[in-house]
Amino acid sequence: MMNNIPEALIWMIPGLPLAAFTVLFVVVRALKIRSNLNGYLSIAATAVSFAFSLWTAAGLFSSPGENAVAGFEWLNLGGKLVIELGLIIDPLTGIMLVVVTLVSLLVQIYSLGYMHGSKSLNRYFAFISLFTFAMLGLVMADNLLIMFMCWELVGLCSYMLIGFWYHRPAAAQAARKAFFITRIGDFGFLAAILLLFSSAGTLDVAGIHSAAAGGVISSAAITWAALGIFMGAMGKSAQFPLHTWLPDAMEGPTPVSALIHAATMVAAGVFLVGRMYPLFELSPTALNTVATIGAVTALFAGTIALVMHDIKKVLAYSTISQLGYMMLGLGLGGVAVALFHLFTHAFFKALLFMGAGSVNHSTGTFDMRKMGGLARLMPWTCATFVIGSLSLSGIWPLAGFFSKEEILSSALSNQPVLFAMALITAFMTAFYMFRVVFLTFGGEYQSRLKPHESGRIMLIPMLVLAVLAVSAGWLNATGRLTAILGHGHEHSWITGLLGIFTHPLAWISLAVAGSGITLAWAMYHKRWISAKKIAWTFRSAYTVFFHKYWIDELYEKYIGARFFNNGLFNLFNRFDTTVIDGTVNDIAGLNLKSSKAIRALHNGRLTRYSLVFLFGVAAVALTVIFTG
Amino acid sequence: MAPGLEQYLVLSAVIFSIGLFGAITKRSAVVILICIEIMLAGVNIALVAFSRFITPAELTGQSFSVFVIVVAAAEVAVGLAIILALYRQRHTIDTDKIDLLKW
Amino acid sequence: MGLQIAFWILSITAVAAAAGVVWQTNLFRAALLLVACFLATAGIFVTLSADFLAAAQVIINVGAVAVLIIMSIMLTREVTRGSPSNRLGIPAFWLTGIVTAAIIVAVAKTSWPVSPVPPAEPTSSALALILMGGNGFELVIHMGALLLLATIIGAIVLLKESK
Repeated sequence: MMNNIPEALIWMIPGLPLAAFTVLFVVVRALKIRSNLNGYLSIAATAVSFAFSLWTAAGLFSSPGENAVAGFEWLNLGGKLVIELGLIIDPLTGIMLVVVTLVSLLVQIYSLGYMHGSKSLNRYFAFISLFTFAMLGLVMADNLLIMFMCWELVGLCSYMLIGFWYHRPAAAQAARKAFFITRIGDFGFLAAILLLFSSAGTLDVAGIHSAAAGGVISSAAITWAALGIFMGAMGKSAQFPLHTWLPDAMEGPTPVSALIHAATMVAAGVFLVGRMYPLFELSPTALNTVATIGAVTALFAGTIALVMHDIKKVLAYSTISQLGYMMLGLGLGGVAVALFHLFTHAFFKALLFMGAGSVNHSTGTFDMRKMGGLARLMPWTCATFVIGSLSLSGIWPLAGFFSKEEILSSALSNQPVLFAMALITAFMTAFYMFRVVFLTFGGEYQSRLKPHESGRIMLIPMLVLAVLAVSAGWLNATGRLTAILGHGHEHSWITGLLGIFTHPLAWISLAVAGSGITLAWAMYHKRWISAKKIAWTFRSAYTVFFHKYWIDELYEKYIGARFFNNGLFNLFNRFDTTVIDGTVNDIAGLNLKSSKAIRALHNGRLTRYSLVFLFGVAAVALTVIFTG
Repeated sequence: MAPGLEQYLVLSAVIFSIGLFGAITKRSAVVILICIEIMLAGVNIALVAFSRFITPAELTGQSFSVFVIVVAAAEVAVGLAIILALYRQRHTIDTDKIDLLKW
Repeated sequence: MGLQIAFWILSITAVAAAAGVVWQTNLFRAALLLVACFLATAGIFVTLSADFLAAAQVIINVGAVAVLIIMSIMLTREVTRGSPSNRLGIPAFWLTGIVTAAIIVAVAKTSWPVSPVPPAEPTSSALALILMGGNGFELVIHMGALLLLATIIGAIVLLKESK
């Protein structure tokens, strides 16, 4: 296999989806073609992109060495600010390219089945293509400005796609909420960009890293910049407290949730921290913050996922929790550890969402209380969903086990408290995933509808992802993947697969996951322990979890409504009307009144006029007398 | 001893200002005209006094005064014509009531 | 001496007549007081050795102007309404006072170059020579005549009844 892919083809990796978007949004829309042609175009572009991404990644896998693809000068502000459009191709980018293009491709194929018959396929596929382009641009950009632009573009596509069914008010509100909350994070990101530019004088990532290493940027600035970047990551990757948008984003179509809110966009935050990792390495404060918030988020989201009734909400909180894991990995273990988990998580989370979509396609609901017994009725969906759940719970030899292991071991060696939180979260993860499995697929189907298995076009992507959910971890069996990302050491294949059991941690995590699964089996399948009794016993905790810690209410009613709307904005409004408008009105009024007063001088009588004349004469006379 | 220049000038000033006061204060247009005549008379006194005391040979002031009298007469004629025309229109010559020029 | 007495009598008459014009509300009396004022002024001209001018004053001002004024008073039937004052009395009083005071102060302060040459008598011939002589004001006299012509025409036009 040729290791070096020609440079032009690398440019086509983001270029093809962009071209697909343009063609779809401009030409096809004008022609008012509503059929699956939209999908075929988009899928073709993404498929070719995926092929090139594989080629690039393969080349990187065998001979890692960062090659930057030189670009062209795009913006030159008098020599002070020169922005070049260039691409970075390093292992970090390589992994992300494969993940993004593959998941995008599979989701689009799945959408052909799921969204069949929708009237706005053109808009759907156009924005998925645009999203793919933006995400690829984000991971390949070599300077912060382009990265930020792609960052915002990704947010825009997310907004468009969450609010795809914009006639539904819940969807429109969810889209807005997503945009606002990620915007809050973006403020931190932008502040960090400005800070870095003013300290380092360049927005080029490589330039910034060398400036930081060389001591050009003060350590306080590095910490603040890193924290700002992490704030952006918090927004996009739904870390506490900027997580509230992700569960609401489930209002969008399920393939969108699979692509954007499970595999790719939410991973952008993790990617960003990874890209700017040299900065973080220089600031232990930032690293600790990242790890702590990651662990807290993981635990927090896990508790909420325990009590949700809607499959997609459980999956959403699970995503938040896993992103917390990734942040924990970044903070304690390094880029490689987190990226590996991102890699595996993309596959099994997308698979789980697709499974949920498949269930919805046939039963018409996501509410688990209305389901049951689907194992017999939808065998393929059930099998793939179970595989995904096992992978997520971290069962050997599936992919999730290996990536979670890395994170847990780096946590154990650095921060025991966070390790404990991560372990408890692992237990909860296994428990709630299998709660879903048993509630949805176990038992008997209650209602009178006749659910049937989904069509091939939806099942094939799920199968592909199931295979990957099982085997993706084996790519790192020799430690090659993490090595090229800069962590760990390489060992032989067998050592990687089986030797893991020589560490006690592996047994502990398997035991934890296993007990979670068993508890779920006991409560929801065999009904030996009544779920209702447990909920009643721990009812205060249950209420807190069920109401999602009342954070949404806090944000919307207290901070949003009271503090900002009625408080601050009201103040601004009144200041505007009374002070500013008042001043302008008063000046005009002053003019009016004074002119009225002066106007009264003209009463039309000659004698009055001659008096005024005399007044002038008297004044002149006095002046002459007194000035000699 | 004969009255000096200053005395004539003071007299002229007094007559002039009485006329001025009347021109501003009175409401009847004819009386205003009369007061203007008084002012002109006062001015004439001043002119002739200057002529007598400062340039007695050239009689400058007196020649000036001749013209003043002529112009005063002309002005009275025209002024009265205006007043009569106004009276025909409005049946009043009370200047307090003639205020079409007001704002 | 005699001149001084004459001056004082005549000046008091003139001032009193002028004041009377202003204070009187009776229109007719105001007009007559104007005549008195003119006559007093003519007397003052005589004390200043301006005999021609005194005669001119009496003939023109008293004989024509005052008569004209009295005739127009008759025509406008204003006699009944009289001649009241408007409300500008107080400011006018003060301002007029200021102007008068200014004039008097100016007069007192200036050093007048009084010439000791005795006045020419009679003045008519001297005046005629000055006005219409070689370096005279003939043009101005002609213009004065034109002015009077224009006045008459203007007065006639103004008072013409439009059919």
